[in-house]
Order: sequence, then C-alpha cells, then structure tokens
Amino acid sequence: MDILIYGIINSFSLALMAIGFTLVYGISRLPNFAHGALYVVTGFGVWWFLNKLHLSYIVAIPLALVLMGLIGAAIYRFVLIRVRGMATSEIIATYALGLAVLEFLRWRGFRGMTYRLPVFVEGSITIGGVPVDLQRVVVVGIGIVVVTFMWLFTHYNKTGLALRGMAQDEHAAMMLGIDSDWMAVIAMGMGSILAGLSAIALLPLGNIVVEAGYNVLILSIAVCIVGGLGSWVGAIIASFMIGFLQIITVAYIQSHFHMVVALLAIIITLILKPSGLFGRQKELEERV
Amino acid sequence: MNEQLTTPERRKERIDRGIKVRTEGIYAISSWQEVAYLVLPRLVLIVGILLLPLLMPSLYWGRVISIVGIYVLLALGFDFLAHYVGLVSLGGAFFIGVGGYLAAILNKSLGLPPALTLPMATVGGALICTLLLLPALPLRGVYFAIVTLMYPLALMRIIEALNILGGTDGILGVASFPYRWLEQYLILVIVIVALFGLRRLVNEDIGLVFRGVKDNDQAVRASGLSITLYKAIGVFIASGLGSLGGAYLSHIYMWSGISQFALDFSVIPIAATVIGGGGTLVGPLLGCFILVPLSEFLRAFGTLRIVIYAVILVVFIMFRSEGIMVYAQRKYHQFERWVKV
Repeated sequence: MDILIYGIINSFSLALMAIGFTLVYGISRLPNFAHGALYVVTGFGVWWFLNKLHLSYIVAIPLALVLMGLIGAAIYRFVLIRVRGMATSEIIATYALGLAVLEFLRWRGFRGMTYRLPVFVEGSITIGGVPVDLQRVVVVGIGIVVVTFMWLFTHYNKTGLALRGMAQDEHAAMMLGIDSDWMAVIAMGMGSILAGLSAIALLPLGNIVVEAGYNVLILSIAVCIVGGLGSWVGAIIASFMIGFLQIITVAYIQSHFHMVVALLAIIITLILKPSGLFGRQKELEERV
Repeated sequence: MNEQLTTPERRKERIDRGIKVRTEGIYAISSWQEVAYLVLPRLVLIVGILLLPLLMPSLYWGRVISIVGIYVLLALGFDFLAHYVGLVSLGGAFFIGVGGYLAAILNKSLGLPPALTLPMATVGGALICTLLLLPALPLRGVYFAIVTLMYPLALMRIIEALNILGGTDGILGVASFPYRWLEQYLILVIVIVALFGLRRLVNEDIGLVFRGVKDNDQAVRASGLSITLYKAIGVFIASGLGSLGGAYLSHIYMWSGISQFALDFSVIPIAATVIGGGGTLVGPLLGCFILVPLSEFLRAFGTLRIVIYAVILVVFIMFRSEGIMVYAQRKYHQFERWVKV
C-alpha cells in the first residue's frame, strides 16, 4: 500500500517536471537543457518574493509563474531564435544558459537548509493506513489538473491545435498560416511556466537546492526518452513507470539507486526501442 | 561589419591567394617564400608550444601548462566529434573521470608505472566510454548529448552513494612523474601529435566517411558502411584523448576523485571550441590557451568561473559563431580589395 500511494505521488511529480520539457521538445524540436535551471529559479524567485518582498503566497505564485513565462519566451526570442536549426548550437546554447543560471545561484550561496517554501496546506491525512502529507495530495491534484488542462488545450483550443500541428509537420503548419517562431515562443513560455509550476508544487516538500536543477533535468529527460521524445501520452505513462520503479527500488534495494533507475531506464530504452514507448510519429526520422 | 561595405559604389572583394589551387589543402608552391607562407604558421605553433615551459619556468605556471594540455586534448576530442562526426558531447568530464580512475586503479592496485598506466588507461578508458555510449550511437538527434550529459553526474552519484573507489575521498597516493620536465613536455608533445594526427585523419578516407556520417548518413549507409561502427570509432578516438587527459591528471595531482567528473571539464572544452573556431582543430587549442589561464586567474571566484564560461559561450554562439581561427584563416589565406560596383 505504501508503494502504491507513494508511487502514484512520485509519478505525478515526475509527470509535472517532464511535461514542460516534452512540450518544448515536441513543438520546436528544441532540447531545453535549461529546464532544470528554470525549475530552480522559480523556487528561489518565490522564496525571494515571500521573504524579501514580503508578498503573500497567493500573490507570489502567479507573479513567479508569469515571470517564468516571460523569461522562457525571452530566452527563445533573443537567444535560441538565432541558432534555430543548428542542432549543435541549440544544444550548447541551452546547456550553457542552464549552467550559467545554476552555477550563478550556487556562487551566490543559495544552498543549505535556509531556503524553504511553506507548504500550501499543513497536516496530513491517512489513506488506506498510510499517512500522507496534504502537500503531496496537492501535488497529485495539480498533476491531474495540469495533465487534463494540457489535453483540453491541445485538442480544443486554436493555439493548442496550432502547437500540435507544428509538432507534427512544421512546413505544412507554416503553409496553413501558423507562425512557426511565434508558436515556438509560446511553447517555450508555456514550458517555462510548467517548469515553474512543478517547482512551486514540489519544492515545499524539501529544501531548495541548486542540485535539484540537474536532477530535474535528468529525470525529465529520462521520462521523455522512455515515453518517446515529444510524445505527451508517452511522457505521462513513462513517468508512472519510472515513478513506481523508483519507489520500488527505494523500498526494496537502497535509496541511493534512485538516480540510477533514471539512467538505466534511458539506456535500456535506447537499446530496446529507441523511439520510446509512444514516439511512433518520428520513429523513422530519428533512427538511422 | 564595416559601414563602407554597404555603400552602393564599392564593396569589398575577397580573393584566394594564388598559391591555393582549387580546394583546401592543395597548393602550388614555386618559391621559398611560398614554402614559408605555408610552414610558418605551423612552425610558430609548434615552437611556441614547446618553448612555453622554458618561458614560464615557475612551478605554478608549469602546472597550469600541463592542465592546459589536458584541456586541449578534451577540446580536440570535442571538436572532432562535433564538427567531423556530428555528435555533440556534453560530458568531457565523463572521459576525464574514466581515464583518471582507471589510471589510479592500475597504478595503485597493480603497481604499474605511469609509462604503462597512461597507454592502458587511454585504450581502456576509450573502450569503456565507447561501450557505455554505444546505446546512443545508432540514433540521430539529441540522444548522444543527453546521455553524455547524464553519465558524469550519475557516476559521481554512484561513487558517492556506494562509497566505492575511495568514495568522496578518492584514490590517494597515485605515482607522480619522475621528472618535472618530463611531466610538462610529454603532455605538450602528446598535444602536438594529437592535433596534427587528427588533422591528418580527417583528410584521409576515413575522415571523409566521418563527415559523411555527419552530413548525410543515408549516403554512408547506401555505400554499405555501418554508421554505428564509424560513430563508435569516432567516439573511441575522442574518448581516448579525454581518458589520456584524465590519466595524466591523476598522475599530476597524485590523486583521483569525484571532482574529476566536475563540470569544468565539460564546459571549458566546449567554450574553447566555440571561441577558437569549431571545425579547425587548431581553434580549440587556441581557445584552451586563452580560457584555462583565465580560469586560473578567476580561481578565487569559485563556481562563478563556470558562469563566466557559460556566458561567453552563449554570447559567442549568438554573435560570433565562427570563432577566432576561422576568421584568422580567412584573413591569412585571402586578400581583400575594394571594387567598384
């Protein structure tokens, strides 16, 4: 029962982390190696709003999310647009950006126990004999809301449909009058907002540390590869697989292997089915 | 850009010097001046590198020169992989770490001297890295970058968590080089050999196949060659260079530890390549000679160094993606004149 409940919670956390990454990659074929940095920046941003500017939590969260959206859009509009299409430069540019942000925060001394976000709701409830913090329940709730919202958005909204069109065939989408750069800006902005949202939901469970940036990046990449890069359904199913695997490893083997699970998942996926579980659409393109 | 360039009456015209025949690398030489024209840059480079330890005899700068050499090996590997084989490696630290640990283990547990551990760590490290990276090789796209990014981080965690290979303390008491001059000149000679060896390699037949893998892999496949095999050979060469650097590092510091998986080793080679000029192979060397001493000056700033590299990297890739060497080669091999439009 422990495993079931914490597995579900862990899976939703992973899904929250990964969905922003997979959104950006799916639409603009842009591997956003700055994803983890955006996650951590949101955490520190909210912390700063709360403790230095003394804003209330309700104000700080939307403010941080809007800011993240703007930052993400700005990154695409001012940096990535210049290297679009050059795979080497895209990878290096996003990686360097993420690194700059994370190491800057580390240099400024953002580490240790001092940086915490308050939980949304105090207390815990018992589900099937297992005590669970309410914050974790909130994480699952946010996860469900985000997944549902993303599904509705990409199926019943004009912008969402345009994004999906871009993901499927950029040239055809452009012929139908969809502005490819503008869509990529939106995707990058939304991806950043999602990264921020996951940070706000997950960070109250622990300290805000710079390392989390790298962990989140690795975990979201693992989820995306197992699910098939750019496939949203795949990402959600993969986050459940990896989420449960992680909890089972922690329960039965050792908690240190938490990260190794993600690495092994990537390697095994690449060997057995490189396009991932649901990466059918681009299978032929990516396999040599 | 020069503003005169855009005036409607005249524009700048670039013409190859007469010595160059049709393509890169073929020259018609008819005088000693022209021989000098070709030999001089290479000679200046080689002599300059070999003179460095004599010009900077202090112990501190001697060490810095050795470190520069290690970074040059990594950067050469990165440039070769990225611009000739088409694989972007974000994990130079992975190669360094594997080579470093391997050399330390061979030295400590088998008692082999550096003369044996260096070649063994090079080949062994290259084999290990290639095998571990093999799953990502049959694929196009970002998979290779992702996997190389993950390995150093994951290995660091695993060593820390399982407390194997000396855990967080690392492996202490690795043998050092017997003479100081040997330590310095060996790495410089290796650097020169690696540089000119790679330059030769990419112009051989196999170099053409490598470039084919990068630009049009289906054509390579249609020729009956295995893309995965050639990518593996490319990775083997690059990771061998990196492992050699790592082994050298272990012997210089007489220590091997998890800081060999640190980000510096991943970022500086990339930054050096971008600044120096990707695809030239000399560029990364130049970039390392600029960046690594800079890094020594900035040592007091801690991880701010990485921030500085990353920012330099982004700025260069946005505004000056050709790099120093490409620019310099253009100025050297071509002359410019104004022509009336």
